[in-house]
Amino acid sequence: MSNHHRNLITLNRIVQTGAVNFIRNVSLAVAAMAVMVVTLTIILFSVVTNATFTNTIAQITSQISISVFLDSNVTDAQAKDFAAAIKKQPNVDKVDYLNKEQALQSFIKANQGQQSIIQAAQQATNPVPATIHVYPEDLNQIKPIEEFLTKPANQKLQTKDSPSYQGDRKEAIDNITHATNVLREIGIVAVILFAVISALIIFNTIQMAIFNRRDELQIMRLLGAGTWYIRGPFIVESIIYGILSALISVLIIDGAFAAASSALQASSLGLLDINYAHTYFTDNFLWLLTLQMALGIVLGAASSTIATQRYLKFKTTK
Amino acid sequence: MILLDRVTKVYNKNLGSALDRISLHVEPKEFVIVVGQSGAGKTTLLRLLTREERPSSGKIIIGGIDYDKLKDKDIPLLRRKIGVVFQDFKLLPNKTVFENVAFALEIVGMGNKEIKHTVPKVLDIVNLKGKEDRMPLELSGGERQRVAIARAIVRQPKILIADEPTGNLDPKHAWDVIRVLEKINKYGTTVLLTTHNQDIVNKLKRRVVTIEHGKIKSDRANASYEV
Repeated sequence: MSNHHRNLITLNRIVQTGAVNFIRNVSLAVAAMAVMVVTLTIILFSVVTNATFTNTIAQITSQISISVFLDSNVTDAQAKDFAAAIKKQPNVDKVDYLNKEQALQSFIKANQGQQSIIQAAQQATNPVPATIHVYPEDLNQIKPIEEFLTKPANQKLQTKDSPSYQGDRKEAIDNITHATNVLREIGIVAVILFAVISALIIFNTIQMAIFNRRDELQIMRLLGAGTWYIRGPFIVESIIYGILSALISVLIIDGAFAAASSALQASSLGLLDINYAHTYFTDNFLWLLTLQMALGIVLGAASSTIATQRYLKFKTTK
Repeated sequence: MILLDRVTKVYNKNLGSALDRISLHVEPKEFVIVVGQSGAGKTTLLRLLTREERPSSGKIIIGGIDYDKLKDKDIPLLRRKIGVVFQDFKLLPNKTVFENVAFALEIVGMGNKEIKHTVPKVLDIVNLKGKEDRMPLELSGGERQRVAIARAIVRQPKILIADEPTGNLDPKHAWDVIRVLEKINKYGTTVLLTTHNQDIVNKLKRRVVTIEHGKIKSDRANASYEV
């Protein structure tokens, strides 16, 4: 019989024994999996929440822009060239050029309900300047754009109060961004803490199970069983816990989103946009499931490897 | 086959040595009985041979393998070459008689077909035919001990070590076990047996090594029991 064949037989036996042990130790399996499910569910929830927060911030900040008001001497062609030049600057996501007429319409739309302002704007000659809206990619890095706009050559094309940064709005958005970031950081710390605690509990549960069977391990050792022949089935058993726990945690989160969007009849809870979260979860389902399984497998395999270690050591003292 | 050269084992310095400069040479196919009172050092001797313990000093060579040069990863390979029968049987409680014996073969990667062919033969040698599907707890002490022997010999080891295999058995079952050991020895396996049983020692008429307080007190051929 070839070595390769022998190894295949052995691998097959390890997997089979692990599966049989899983079925025979149901109570232990339930205990270990309960802890794993809670951990994995929390981790999954935080991943989805994090993605949702990031999306919320991106949506809010994408509405923010720098307004460049053009001097009335500037021709339409000059304005378009200038807009194109701004677009080429780093950190510029997009630019919108509005000629005087379009800018007026936009102004009126923005100030709907305030008759006196609208009337003033519509008097005689159009007082609203042609405008270029500049949308930066990253709001915290607008310095270079600002420098470009305030170059003397470029400043000449603009009115005195240009460029305008919509300061009050930016501040409000900064506050939201800051709050979300803090929330996210607290979440990450909590998740890490919880993951460590539950890893310890899982480890302990598996260690107790192995402690109960230490005589068996010792007998196998005395009969000349190799380390991986003894340890393998325990690892297989723990990997089964991991895979099942991952599946259950994904089902729990899926159910929770379905329940939240149907029962609450709301699309968001404060900053948490449930609709987006559910969409994100559905779109990334396979990736998230893989992540969960990988986590479960690593957690289970590592625990059982460490827990079997001490019963597999050979005596070294003389 | 088995060579011990001035082997000393100290577990705890305050308690003195469990074995004190033991030298022993066992030829291939020999049948050696080790006798001695409880605590004399018999079990320590066997635990050194299976590499469950390491000697504090001295040299052990079995089947050409020098224990000083033995790496951890090679210990399982060594144990596969030695059959061991333990006083407390050490059967796997969740496995049937068949599975217990088969386990010794599974470890070495033997195929299922071969295992199904080999195990019944060995169970027949130890007179356990028909009990393949019993669990260890359903067996008598003598039957369990014979399962342990079947497991120890199924890999056809060159050396069989039996630590008081009759210790927990009534005289009739004790003799059943001893007959099996004799049979195996006749097929060419070196047997090292420890026992308390005076009757067995006297009737076997084999080489007897007597250990007292960790030292070899006597080593005689065709001997009878004297402690």
